[in-house]
Amino acid sequence: MRRSWQGGRGPCRERKRSRVITFDDVTKRYPDGTVAVDHLSLEAPTGEITVFVGPSGCGKTTSLRMINRMIDASEGKILLDGEPVQGIDPPTLRRGIGYVIQQAGLFPHRKIVDNIATVPYLLGWDKKKARTRAMELLERVGLDPVMGERYPFQLSGGQQQRVGVARALAADPPVLLMDEPFSAVDPIVRTSLQDELLRLQSELNKTIVFVTHDIDEAIKLGDRVAVLRVGGKLAQLAAPKTLLSEPADDFVREFLGHDRGIRRLQFISTEGLRLRTDLTVPEGFSGPTDEPWLLVVTPDDRPVGWISRERPDEVEQYGTFVLGRDSMRSALDAALLSPSGCAVAVDEAGKVVGAATREALDEALAEAADG
Amino acid sequence: MNWLLEFFGKAENWSGSGGIPMRLLEHLEFSVMALALAVVIAIPLGLLIGHTGKGGLGVVVTANLARALPTLGLLVLFVLLLGTASILPVIIPLVLLAIPPILVNTFEGIRGVDPELRDAAYGMGLRGGQVLGRVLVPVALPLILLGLRLSAIQVVATTTIAAYTGLGGLGRFVIDGFSTQDYASVVGGSVLIVLFALVVQVLFTVVRWVTVSPGVSQRVKTR
Amino acid sequence: MASGALVATLLSPVSDGPPTLWEWLGRNWDTGRVDSIKNLLVDHLIMSLVPIFAALVVALPLGLASVRWRWLYQPTAGVFNVIYALPSLPVFMLLIQFSGLSKTTVIVPLTFYGCAVLIPSVVDGLGSVPDHVRQSAVAMGFTPLRRLLQVELPIAVPVVLAGMRVVAVSSISLVSVGALIGQGGLGMLFTRAYQNPFVPPALVGIVLIVLLALVADGLLVLAQRLLTPWVRARRAT
Repeated sequence: MRRSWQGGRGPCRERKRSRVITFDDVTKRYPDGTVAVDHLSLEAPTGEITVFVGPSGCGKTTSLRMINRMIDASEGKILLDGEPVQGIDPPTLRRGIGYVIQQAGLFPHRKIVDNIATVPYLLGWDKKKARTRAMELLERVGLDPVMGERYPFQLSGGQQQRVGVARALAADPPVLLMDEPFSAVDPIVRTSLQDELLRLQSELNKTIVFVTHDIDEAIKLGDRVAVLRVGGKLAQLAAPKTLLSEPADDFVREFLGHDRGIRRLQFISTEGLRLRTDLTVPEGFSGPTDEPWLLVVTPDDRPVGWISRERPDEVEQYGTFVLGRDSMRSALDAALLSPSGCAVAVDEAGKVVGAATREALDEALAEAADG
Repeated sequence: MNWLLEFFGKAENWSGSGGIPMRLLEHLEFSVMALALAVVIAIPLGLLIGHTGKGGLGVVVTANLARALPTLGLLVLFVLLLGTASILPVIIPLVLLAIPPILVNTFEGIRGVDPELRDAAYGMGLRGGQVLGRVLVPVALPLILLGLRLSAIQVVATTTIAAYTGLGGLGRFVIDGFSTQDYASVVGGSVLIVLFALVVQVLFTVVRWVTVSPGVSQRVKTR
Repeated sequence: MASGALVATLLSPVSDGPPTLWEWLGRNWDTGRVDSIKNLLVDHLIMSLVPIFAALVVALPLGLASVRWRWLYQPTAGVFNVIYALPSLPVFMLLIQFSGLSKTTVIVPLTFYGCAVLIPSVVDGLGSVPDHVRQSAVAMGFTPLRRLLQVELPIAVPVVLAGMRVVAVSSISLVSVGALIGQGGLGMLFTRAYQNPFVPPALVGIVLIVLLALVADGLLVLAQRLLTPWVRARRAT
């Protein structure tokens, strides 16, 4: 993890860190009578990621864009820490809210560093300070500082999207709006961008509203997920875990998909999992044993592989999970990867702490289903 | 070739009101005046229409009609109607013909900017004028400059033809020479005008090179 | 444009008790002389239509070659860009030495101007063929020639025809400059108006040239509809 936390606070240290966003019975009706958002009431709490998810036409983007007044609500109020946004001059409002969109929307005629410094420039920071801040953010979103002097067309889609996030963070706004920011990049890049966002959020604790049509992304990123249905009605607002275990109705159930049971596993902790510590043997072990499978480890407790009673010379593959940190989903995955059917539990440093057998995993699952 | 030597070698062609330097200056003066007037009218109008998105269809239709207007006919018509007391009858058609390329390209340039970019600009808190000045114009600059260049080409050519109605400029060598069968003058004048047009062309290439961001023209190479 | 009141005001400074525009047009339409308006119109058509089609014939292979060999495009486009910047009158004058006071002297430069517009159109048009379409044509076993004729060119038609519209309109209006070397088609009406001096010929000339341009433009729009029925079908949905 990057150690830029200390220096990254920048000049806005004394400003209030985060704000709560409240939708109070908000409706958006277009002149032709279409209702995009229908009596929406919800709260996006301070320092959390609230995800709006739903099929196209559910008004999720419209809802997001009403927060920074890119679209104005027809009825109802949107409050920022209790203050109605409708009463704030839009440009002033927007300069205090970070905004990230699908294609990043970088200005092609400006170098990356100046793109990131856009809002600081608007706020009248001096050029040097703004650029220093921009370079700092560039590193923080995981880009090489030499990128700062490039133009947007010289960057890949994923890199541009990182710059988009950095640009939104430049003036250290307490609120971040993200409109399908990762949907235009390939799955591998998307995963790394999502991980990066979670890492950043663990440092920054912004109030984030995130729009996506991808339920997996919603579950991965959201502290709370608002599922919207076509016509702009809120179907359910809940933590991802609750959403998966107790979908409010058929629409939510169908939207979550058929494998929501499997997905639930990622919210079940591996902490307290019963482990066997008597299965590990040193390299070169050839003694008699009653166990069908034994785990070979190095002298400093790194896993080498499984050997079977029948063929002790062949080392078979294994799968690991970090005990306590990884979910049951990772543990099961690790178990399925090895012919022994056991998952290797390691600590944060990668040292073997034990093996979870099928029976142990079964027990944990049964417990989770009851609770 | 002999005609060229004769034309450029003649001492009287280098001095006085009918000499090359004077005619060149006149040509430059009329061209710059017409182009400047056209710019003052067409650029703000094009920016306004492109930015607000209102009246675009009218602009395109008018511009296409304008392209069909024969320059010589327009010149003759205005001179006949307004007389030759001032240069106005010549400047008016010059300006009229110079406006459409600038107007259309400015409008198309601004309107053609990626809507995502506009969205991002407003979303970060730029005001309307800032969006136009700091984002839309720099991104649309290649097209705006193209319009200016096409207009300049048009103006230089039409100024040449305007010599027919008694206006000065390099066209006089060509048209006077043609009527008096002085081919040295015709060829020499033609070469001068061609060179003049080429200089204008080069000038615009340089301006483009200097003013358009490398990020827009994608001129820089990575690494 | 030709409403009675407007014409009357336009005519008044020059002629008293003027013939209306249409009377003048009728009287001079077919006098049997070389410079009757009818004959001028025919000349005008020849001198503008030949360059339009000649430009297409030249631009198509050059455009195709520029797509096939990308390095060719920049220099080709550069050369025609420079040619396009040359004012027509001096070019006519310089050409007189080779082709005399003939229609050719007008037709040749107009053809070059047309190419300057059409070559980029052809290149952009072929560039507008989506790569997956090209690839699937290759995968289905089209030979390069058949792929060009049956897949790529039809898709390029709208862009090429848009270029043709520009070429047609500007050629029709540019021919009139030829009047200054005695080969201007309807442009001859302008020199006649200036020398006499008499407004109606100038007005008639402008109106006829603009009408001609509009008709040509309309025909090209029609051609595009007939050649690319799918474009309209897509718009309708």
